[in-house]
Amino acid sequence: MRFEDYEVGAFFDEIFDEAHKPRALARSLVKNIVGLPAGELRNRQKAAERALLQMGITFNVYGERAGTEKIFPFDLVPRIVAATEWARIEKGLKQRIKALNLFIDDLYHDQRILKDKVLPREIILSSKAFRNQCAGFDPPHGIWCHVTGTDLIRHSDGHIYVLEDNLRCPSGVSYVLENRQIMKSLFPQVFAECRIRPVSGYTSRLRDMLEYLAPETVPVPRVVLLTPGIYNSAYFEHSFLAQQMGIELVEGRDLIVDDSVVVMRTTKGFERVDVIYRRMDDDFLDPKSFRADSMLGVPGLMEVYKAGRVALANAPGSGVADDKVVYAYVPRIVKYYLGEDIILPNVPTYICAEEKDLAYVLEHLPELVVKAANESGGYGMLIGPHSTKDEQDEFAARIKADPRNYIAQPTLSLSRVPTIVDDHFEGRHVDLRPYILYGKEIFVLPGGLTRVALKKGSLVVNSSQGGGSKDTWVLAESELPETESVPGTSASRSVAPLAVS
Amino acid sequence: MLSRVAESIYWMSRYVERAENVARFIDVNLQLMLDSSSSQLEQQWKPLVSTTGDHEDFEKRYGEATQPNVIRFLTFDAENANSILSCLRAARENARTVREIISSEMWLQLNKFFLMAASAADNGAYLDSQIDLFAEVKNASHLFKGITDATMTHGEAWHFCRLGRMLERADKTSRILDVKYYIILRSTSDVGTAFDDIQWAAVLRSASAFEMYRKRFGRISPKGVVEFLLLDRDFPRAIHFGLLCARDSLHAISGTPLGTFRYAPEKLLGQLCSDLSYAGVDEIISYGLHEYVDELQSKMNQAGSGIHETFFAFKTPGGARKPTQVQTQ
Repeated sequence: MRFEDYEVGAFFDEIFDEAHKPRALARSLVKNIVGLPAGELRNRQKAAERALLQMGITFNVYGERAGTEKIFPFDLVPRIVAATEWARIEKGLKQRIKALNLFIDDLYHDQRILKDKVLPREIILSSKAFRNQCAGFDPPHGIWCHVTGTDLIRHSDGHIYVLEDNLRCPSGVSYVLENRQIMKSLFPQVFAECRIRPVSGYTSRLRDMLEYLAPETVPVPRVVLLTPGIYNSAYFEHSFLAQQMGIELVEGRDLIVDDSVVVMRTTKGFERVDVIYRRMDDDFLDPKSFRADSMLGVPGLMEVYKAGRVALANAPGSGVADDKVVYAYVPRIVKYYLGEDIILPNVPTYICAEEKDLAYVLEHLPELVVKAANESGGYGMLIGPHSTKDEQDEFAARIKADPRNYIAQPTLSLSRVPTIVDDHFEGRHVDLRPYILYGKEIFVLPGGLTRVALKKGSLVVNSSQGGGSKDTWVLAESELPETESVPGTSASRSVAPLAVS
Repeated sequence: MLSRVAESIYWMSRYVERAENVARFIDVNLQLMLDSSSSQLEQQWKPLVSTTGDHEDFEKRYGEATQPNVIRFLTFDAENANSILSCLRAARENARTVREIISSEMWLQLNKFFLMAASAADNGAYLDSQIDLFAEVKNASHLFKGITDATMTHGEAWHFCRLGRMLERADKTSRILDVKYYIILRSTSDVGTAFDDIQWAAVLRSASAFEMYRKRFGRISPKGVVEFLLLDRDFPRAIHFGLLCARDSLHAISGTPLGTFRYAPEKLLGQLCSDLSYAGVDEIISYGLHEYVDELQSKMNQAGSGIHETFFAFKTPGGARKPTQVQTQ
């Protein structure tokens, strides 16, 4: 396949510049793709998809027949990130996670940030993810958000923005690892030429981090991964991570609280569990503390947790920091706790709970993206420019009924990456979710999940709504010639961004 | 290992073996049909349903036991929990819950196996190429077992795998022996005829036992077939062989020395193996093969529930087995 007819369009393209030339960081890739015999790329794409299906690398789609599995479509053209740009992203993410962790800890202790009136008390404490049960609790090493997946986008101004923080149970990292395996076998030549940073160390890092949380008295901690079970949309990932870490994958019914410790039921009797990497929401963790109707959790778990006899990652209650309304205040949170300016900017956000913003939002619905504060996966969302009048009216009514639950953002023009469509390439919008582990130190995986909206013109990248994925290549060192600049790579925001439209 | 995981592995393996056996039953009947124009064979389809123990459900939903009805019921009927498709679905669901325990190769093969059967069910191809399909099912099952043995540590999980497989196989071989023996001997006019010979050869073939039987006994006789399929210690689809393997795996799991027992299923399987070791085929036939097999099946069922209670389903911490020191022989 060739790129002659490829249209960059009025968007930022990650692979081609506005003059339709491959960016320096993508030259080797483009050369290799163009050099393939006709039809070869498509064959490889199909082979990759067949492999995914046969390996059962699938997710479940809610709302369809139970057990309906789909592969997460995978596109062979990767997103490439230059070393200098990545360095800035990494720094920005570390700053953000550090501040958010301090914020969560503060909320469950002195609430200084509320007392100092930096953030409005009623908005923060009314978050559904704020858990009174956690007040006064000190998690091991003071860490609340152990695993984070932060969604980043690049706007047409060339800058990277943070779109969302996912501090509950961010999923997708298994695709990062599997996609890389497939890409290495398909493009060994490019890997040899490009010095792409490896991602395969993730599961070792994750295991180290989890073991670090174990009560200090335990010489060899037993770590388990708690899954809601095979009908959960991310079940493949749960089982994959457990396998790669060499830990047990457990369901709620495998665990019992006995004599103030958590034990699991084995063929040789009960065995104690020290650390639980839980991949279910707070709500379902413990029917005695949270939702009483949860069949998935472990009755009495929270009591053992609060007594420090078992560790949970992420800590219950940490979801308060990924409330979409709290998101709007993150720049202030960073400033308050670290005394620093935020490195990775937020997308400008209107908070419907604030009167002035609310009026603006209701007036400008056709241009805005509206999000419910506590939804994820692309549900509970209105994309103004792609919506009908009826949908806008319906959302206006919902917002007026519960302004606290909504935020709005301008419709951003997500950057694009060439994507295989039948027998040619078309630009498709992408975002990027890097993964951050907070243990002894903060670790940012050099890579991440690049999600791509496969439908023409679509901006929704969620797997449940027609999204796919791409490999993300973070280059080990910049090989850009001096004369060429890539927007967004400059450390200082005062440099004028390069417009591409 | 987790009780739930052990149980899933045990059932994964049982269901794969069950799917293979159902394919064997059907395959051998189809072969018989091709060998004969006799109308006697019309009645041969009904006993097949009895072999899997689902005749009530079948009669309610299908009525007459014609060839297409029986094949559909046993192959692709999603409502029949023992159809090939249902067994593979169940095996795969179990495997899905233990993917991190079994090897990736095992999962890949089982997933392909299921997708093969599911796509055959969808496109109706089986109507033209039935025999191919059953051969494929058998092969895929053999492949799964081979991959299991070659890629999985022969530790606790593997022993649960083998335990499930061997109990299932012993049970199914006993059923086919029981049903066929009853039917063939009923039509006394045929005894000793060429047709009788063909029938017994078919029974052997359904257990892939024909060639090995020939090497051992030469001439085909009902008594020889019973002795081979029931009492042989070395033929892998013989009941005795299966129970010996199941017993060995059970002891490997519990750590109890062979020849002794701590748990009910160890006692049951130990007794069964001794029985088969010291039983003579003449005694069994004069006692009544059907009665003998019936008791055998009931003891195997008890062993199955004993395994469930000992390893999978113990409930409260107070009533639990305490971790025990693993003994070696």
